[in-house]
Amino acid sequence: MDPNPNPKKPKAIKSCPFPDEVLERVLSLIDSHHDRSSVSLVCKNWYNAERWTRRHVFIGNCYSVSPQIVAARFPRIRSVTLKGKPRFSDFNLVPEDWGADVQSWLTVFSTVYPFLEELRLKRMVVTDQSLEFLALNFCGFKALSLLSCDGFSTDGLKAIATHCKNLRELDIQENGIDDLGGHWLSCFPESLTSLEILNFASLNSEVSFDALEKLVSRCKSLRVLKVNRNISLDQLQKLLLRCPQLTELGTGSFMQELISGPVTELKNMFSNCKNLVTLSGLWDATPLYLPVVYPACDSLTFLNLSYATLRSIELANLLSHCKNLRRLWLIDTVGDKGLEAVGSCCPLLEELRVFPADPFDQEIFLGVTESGFMSVSRGCPKLRYVLYFCRQMTNAAVATIARNCPDFTHFRLCIMNPGQPDYLTKEPMDEAFGAIVKTCTKLQRLAISGLLTDRTFEYIGKYAKNLETLSVAFAGSSDLGMEYVLKGCPKLRKLEIRDCPFGNAALLSGLTKYESMRSLWMSACNVTMDACRVLAKERPRLNVEVMRDEDGSDDSQAHKVYVYRTVVGPRKDAPPFVLTL
Amino acid sequence: MDLLSSRDLFIHINNFGYLMSVNVSMESSFQNNPNLTERNYLGLSDCSSVDSSNVPSISEVNKNSLNLKATELRLGLPGSQSPERDPESTLTSAEKLGEKPLFPLLPSIDGICSSSPKMVASGHKRIFTDVMDSCSQVKGLPEGNWLFSGSGSESDPSKSVAQGKLSSNSNVNGMMCSGDPPANGTTTNLSKVNTSNPPAAKAQVVGWPPVRSFRKNILATNSKNNGEVDGKPSSGALFVKVSMDGAPYLRKVDLRGYSTYQQLSSALEKMFTCFTIGPCGSQGGTGRENLSESKLRDLLHGSGYVLTYEDKDGDWMLVGDVPWDMFIGSCKRLKIMKGSDAIGLAPRATEKSKNRS
Repeated sequence: MDPNPNPKKPKAIKSCPFPDEVLERVLSLIDSHHDRSSVSLVCKNWYNAERWTRRHVFIGNCYSVSPQIVAARFPRIRSVTLKGKPRFSDFNLVPEDWGADVQSWLTVFSTVYPFLEELRLKRMVVTDQSLEFLALNFCGFKALSLLSCDGFSTDGLKAIATHCKNLRELDIQENGIDDLGGHWLSCFPESLTSLEILNFASLNSEVSFDALEKLVSRCKSLRVLKVNRNISLDQLQKLLLRCPQLTELGTGSFMQELISGPVTELKNMFSNCKNLVTLSGLWDATPLYLPVVYPACDSLTFLNLSYATLRSIELANLLSHCKNLRRLWLIDTVGDKGLEAVGSCCPLLEELRVFPADPFDQEIFLGVTESGFMSVSRGCPKLRYVLYFCRQMTNAAVATIARNCPDFTHFRLCIMNPGQPDYLTKEPMDEAFGAIVKTCTKLQRLAISGLLTDRTFEYIGKYAKNLETLSVAFAGSSDLGMEYVLKGCPKLRKLEIRDCPFGNAALLSGLTKYESMRSLWMSACNVTMDACRVLAKERPRLNVEVMRDEDGSDDSQAHKVYVYRTVVGPRKDAPPFVLTL
Repeated sequence: MDLLSSRDLFIHINNFGYLMSVNVSMESSFQNNPNLTERNYLGLSDCSSVDSSNVPSISEVNKNSLNLKATELRLGLPGSQSPERDPESTLTSAEKLGEKPLFPLLPSIDGICSSSPKMVASGHKRIFTDVMDSCSQVKGLPEGNWLFSGSGSESDPSKSVAQGKLSSNSNVNGMMCSGDPPANGTTTNLSKVNTSNPPAAKAQVVGWPPVRSFRKNILATNSKNNGEVDGKPSSGALFVKVSMDGAPYLRKVDLRGYSTYQQLSSALEKMFTCFTIGPCGSQGGTGRENLSESKLRDLLHGSGYVLTYEDKDGDWMLVGDVPWDMFIGSCKRLKIMKGSDAIGLAPRATEKSKNRS
């Protein structure tokens, strides 16, 4: 190296100041795939160093790329996250057999990544055969997480339990699973001691408690255990005796006619769990047994009460012990009074989700309104993530909330009656979301609802400069609405729209934008096939998929449009009702 | 039909021998105003919005039905005036009718909406038509002129009898107020509701609200499990339907969410603000919410809305007579009735609890 005459002057950077091995060593410490993407763009050396050191690949849309391309670029992958169907498939807007089958990926991976360890799937179709294939072809397989997937049954889980000798994680959440019984749990061999994460809370059938207890006893590293509702309080007590080291616990049913021992024993179990940071489950929790968790509450940072229909008093009593809570999920049975308790007990709260107990019963006038939300905002200024289902809201309330909590990154407000105005002034809810986007400059995700005109979108386009995901339903007055957003939000990645009066002009206004986005969903809008064809023609690197209605009535209207960028062209597994233009 | 039966009742109560004229006057007035039965005092019939105030439609009713007012039954203190006896009271309505009104109606006009405590204190039982009258253009009527034809010789006895039996009187007004309250479970009558307040009969939108399917039945499965264990207070929710006369759709409340009548009452006030306040609520000002709620309270108390419930035996009782826990145990559904409809209920409630205990 040249001697540096002036110690203060920085050395000139050479194009390759150190060997590849060193660069790779440094880059292997980078985990975030956003950072890795940036790294790979620096220069060819860095691109190569990055691709050889990447262990985990995140694919947000399984159709944007092919398994072969992934395999070619990243030879040393150990962990894959794959997402498939558009988000609105969660709400039955996507017909079955739409696609997103994981098998084609597994087939390629079995040859290219035989040492694959982790697979995390969201909204993919997974069959029992695929699960068996996975279990048999990847000998070192360690972690399986299935969220919102469908197509498999508990038989597939049997295969995983039986054959994955080094299984560390089995996380089955909210899937369309065919629950044929709880025998799968008994398939874990006696030799399996590596389990650290076991979540079967969403499965309905009963597992053998004996097998579960033994499993828990021999897996000394178990830190996450989320059982299903069939596990009783008595059984929970026995389990907790075996694994006091848990950091995350999902209980079973919290209601029992008579527990065998005194309640204090159960309470002691909870006080023994000194590492507990997450608590969930609590089905059927009543004031009778809920207090047994109090000793563990002080260390809790995440409390998921979205299966416990608590009332305001019960919640208030519970929360008075949970001063360190960061994340809280509730059902709206707690009412505004319950939310007042949230505001007064949990000053560190960053995330709040309030789910509706009875979303489809329009007659119900259940507790949470704008006033509950305001109470929380007053007491929890650090709120950054909110999902709030309510039946009434006002512009003034949301403006107050925005002022109280300017750090929102995720604001998802669902006024359950479509197109409902401010219930006091009868005006549209434009000003509410205007206040949010103006005040909360860090906003990344926004879901809007209520009666909304184009003005809302004008605000969004003008102010929401960090917005990445936008969900719109029953809103807007004209094409202008969608145009404002497409023109104004530079970081927009996902746009999902349903039942809005946006037409062809709106769709085509985003012609140059869609390639910078992951996807666009438009259903029940005013888009015609012709416009879709124009888009497809102008932008060959987009897949423009139109889903036909079953009755096939109006062929010129495009009822469901899904547009996404891709490097592999139209997909080959599209079902008959999906037309790729 | 109800009108007929209440007419019969008037005949019963009234000793004055105005029988025939009563029938005639009522019938003719009824015929003259065939549209009476469709009146909807909450403004739902034409303006199609629950937001519209009851005020304009009420005055509308007034103008058309002044002649019927002449025959309405009112509660009044003994010795209160009747047109026969008091030539000074201007009964424009009666004069218009050209008949001798049996039950002259001379409610006070001014400030009725907010002067309810006073009215109550004076022993008058407020019935719905007072609101209507107060908003009408009828002038020159002295305040507090509640008239009851039997007031001459029948002082207290008739009054108590009348009060006791006035549940059927309620049918008169009930008839005027669009008959059988449509809010009782069906919304088919109320087809012209504003789209911003959809009727309960509206078809469900696919995939809305955006709730994942595994969350859909939390409430159902939870209350199923908590169950109705006899003798044990179950912590499951106890939802009962709440209907309000003239409201376009029902609401449901969870009775276990409250521990006192006061809480339930204020919750219901909030809930039904949008039905009765209308434009009052949309007035500008900082205390907007308070304005609506206090106005509603006034309206509720002033206009004689009472809260009633249907118990396990199928009887309609006034809310508030029994201890809260007993109430929860026996309440099947709630109804916010006009006071006139509910007048006869109180004695029955106490009778009933006497019978039980």
